[in-house]
Amino acid sequence: MKVKSSYIPYFLILPAFAYLLFFVGYPLVQALYTAFTQNGHFSLATVRKTFTDPYFWDALKYTISLAGVIVPTQVALAIILALGVNRVFKGKDFTIYALTIPLTISDVAAGLIWYSMLSPSGFLNKLLLNIGLINNPIYFFGYQYRHMEFLAIVLAELWRATSIVFVIILAGLQMISHEYLEAAEVFGADYWTRLRKIVIPLLKPSIQSALIIRTLFAMQIFGIVWILAGRDIPILAGEGFYRLTELKEYDVASIYALVIAGLSIILGALYIKFMKAEYLEVRG
Amino acid sequence: MNEETKFILKKLVFYAFIFTVVAWIVIPIIISTLYGFALPKDYYDPKKILPTSFTIKYVKTLLITLGALDGIKNSIIVALITIAISFALGIPAGYAVAKFIFPGKDTIKLSIVALRMFPIPVMAIPLVILYIRLHLIDTLLGVALAHTAMSLPFVVLITSSIFAGVSKELEEAAMVFGLTRLGSFFKITLPLALPGLAAAAMFTFVMSWNEVFVASILTLAHRTLPAQILSIMAGASGGAAPDYYKFAAAFIMILPAITFIFFARKYLVTMWGITLK
Amino acid sequence: MVEVRLENLKKYFGNGKVKAVDGIDLTIKDGEFLVLLGPSGCGKTTTLRMIAGLESPTGGKIWFGDKDVTYFSPKDRNISMVFQSYAVWPHMTVYDNIAFPLKIKKHPRDEIDKKVKWAAGMLQIGNLLDRYPAQLSGGQRQRVAVARAIVVEPAVLLMDEPLSNLDAKLRVAMRAEIKKLQTKLKVTTIYVTHDQVEAMTMGDRIAVMNKGKLLQVGPPTEVYLKPNSIFVGTFIGAPEMNLLEVSIKEKENGLVLEGTGLEITLPEEFRELLERYINKSVIFGIRPEHMTIEGVSTLEHVKRAREIEGTVDFIEALGTDTIVHARVGEGNLIKIKLPGHIPLEIGSKVKIVVDLDNIHIFDKTTENAVI
Repeated sequence: MKVKSSYIPYFLILPAFAYLLFFVGYPLVQALYTAFTQNGHFSLATVRKTFTDPYFWDALKYTISLAGVIVPTQVALAIILALGVNRVFKGKDFTIYALTIPLTISDVAAGLIWYSMLSPSGFLNKLLLNIGLINNPIYFFGYQYRHMEFLAIVLAELWRATSIVFVIILAGLQMISHEYLEAAEVFGADYWTRLRKIVIPLLKPSIQSALIIRTLFAMQIFGIVWILAGRDIPILAGEGFYRLTELKEYDVASIYALVIAGLSIILGALYIKFMKAEYLEVRG
Repeated sequence: MNEETKFILKKLVFYAFIFTVVAWIVIPIIISTLYGFALPKDYYDPKKILPTSFTIKYVKTLLITLGALDGIKNSIIVALITIAISFALGIPAGYAVAKFIFPGKDTIKLSIVALRMFPIPVMAIPLVILYIRLHLIDTLLGVALAHTAMSLPFVVLITSSIFAGVSKELEEAAMVFGLTRLGSFFKITLPLALPGLAAAAMFTFVMSWNEVFVASILTLAHRTLPAQILSIMAGASGGAAPDYYKFAAAFIMILPAITFIFFARKYLVTMWGITLK
Repeated sequence: MVEVRLENLKKYFGNGKVKAVDGIDLTIKDGEFLVLLGPSGCGKTTTLRMIAGLESPTGGKIWFGDKDVTYFSPKDRNISMVFQSYAVWPHMTVYDNIAFPLKIKKHPRDEIDKKVKWAAGMLQIGNLLDRYPAQLSGGQRQRVAVARAIVVEPAVLLMDEPLSNLDAKLRVAMRAEIKKLQTKLKVTTIYVTHDQVEAMTMGDRIAVMNKGKLLQVGPPTEVYLKPNSIFVGTFIGAPEMNLLEVSIKEKENGLVLEGTGLEITLPEEFRELLERYINKSVIFGIRPEHMTIEGVSTLEHVKRAREIEGTVDFIEALGTDTIVHARVGEGNLIKIKLPGHIPLEIGSKVKIVVDLDNIHIFDKTTENAVI
């Protein structure tokens, strides 16, 4: 068999590409079909049913507000951490290793770990009680403490997923040539000016991808919420999960899937539109 | 204040910062592990911040009576199948992206980057209907196929970057001295890429090991570990499991991942750097 | 403009294990173009970085005029620098790059504008001001880096191998341009390079460094003609200076350099310098361009000459020059550089004429020049 060599790369890529297209394309089509038909005819009944359910709006609200609190905090934290670590000091390797441990910890495990910190008999409460800072345990869990549950989720999620942002920012930081900073130093810029005028602008592409990745994953937040709050704090993925596994409502679950997909696409597009690093685009 | 005290003070503040950061990451892991082995009387004793008497009873119950051992077995099988399929499909694609120049390459690369971020719930929910039809529902293969879709873009991006790191001239030299392109791939490029590929395999393993949503939706009797833990801890029973089981569960879940990562840590940061750019 | 003085400047790394710069004393005069020349790892860049304030010395002092700036941070030194990689910030336009030092120093807007245009004009990049560095060629980026360095009218201008990333042709052009610019601006300039041609053509004076030490400082011709050590002699000049081990003998017609297959009678005036080397081994050095071959080429300006006999071993024809490799005695191979194209047959016997005013004799143990 003789293959024209210019076809080789396509042959090599095709299987992977076809596989991905199927696993992305099929579910989308199937979800659209399930969501918008009834007995083989086009119908908005499911949409109506979902949108009149207060749980849907709660889930949308909580998903977005969790992302709104968690993602910017993570990015800010990660920048501080990366700037702190990106220098020569004793224990640097260990610190970076420690900071990347959460990368390997699943959301379910992270939820359980933080439950051990925050439960009424958990580490934090016992610590504060014994120091004498509080007289009664702080309750983080239970429907009547929803605000605290929200806080617990934020803490656990910051703990678990800041690592990803940290790694992206650190990689970006390490790619900035030393001479860029030295040049700024020679020309009279102090630390803060260098940070503001050189480092942060050059980090923009890294910050952008960190924001995109974290926001999109935040739209799918599930395990950590499910462990720490159950349906006390409804979230989109969780509601989809609940509808599907408990109520066997494939059509409603499909709407949830589509809403997550839609949100992801819109947010991704927005970031790319507003955070373009123009100096990278105009390569001549 | 003179320069030297200023310098020392700065250093002190810096190390305090580093210490806080490391403590923030490490303490919860240590605490939950300690609690996982603590006796309930210690855990519920408000005077005891750290437990003093330990037992492996709850880890054992979880593993044997509650079937976490089966979950671990299932998780490993799923992860191995995932690695096998995603490497079989991903290595050729990664190689093509790294070593060939062809029309449409950038588009293909970009779409792979975009597919990487495709929301897993969107994929999983409609997949149930297909899986029921194909009798793949509640099978490990079914979960592995979905996990492959999740990890494949990462594998393509990681392998392409690993292959790009193997100098083209090494391969060309092999071809000049009489190997075919395929031969030089197996004799030169692949051996040189092996450590990177091993790390990529661990990366894929951890991804599959940790995934809970797809696994929970697509299985019922044959659950992977996270799916099983989720159903015990927060399932229909609504978090009815006693606290100390939760901590034991956390321990069982994080141990393999952390061990793996300890060995692959050198590659890990680079790898995340590659896949997340 | 200012005089720069280095006083026993030292920089050790790894708790003193690596002596990158090992006690340097050097004065760079006001408005002078000084080239720090040396092989890679000789400490020249470290020296420059200490003058910039990017590296703090292990010992010694740095004076700008009568101000001790040893521990000043770079921003307080009124210096400028051109980096090896140019370090032109990719996220700023050319204009913003050049304006950066002025903006930091909070100059008024219209003054910034005027100065940026002046600097850009000096380097002929006035038409590129709103481009991003990614859109520029290497040579253009280099010009931006230089414009940015001169825009503040610094007291001291530092250049760290600024031409090493350019291709050969551009390098020659920029060499002349930077030199002209410096002459016009009269700014005290310290220029680091490992390229001896750059050093010879650009520097008012050259400071040759090796292994953290300063070996010789002087005008280019002096360093070239009167190297004070074997290292300086061989580092400058291409092809390299010929080195032969010989001994000095007292003969009836005076002092003689005697080696295998060669005997060179020395003028009487060298006697005083060579007295203590009589009957001892020394290293004899002669540059390829300070010899000629009888019958094919002449050294018209040569006043005193001696002849040695050799056999042509190999010929490198460069077009403009011919380099003859000749065998003298047993195993001694010397190179002779002759202008133009010289047709010589390999294996033919030749008489090599040595210019006595340009011979070098080095002490064998200290490697320092005697003559």
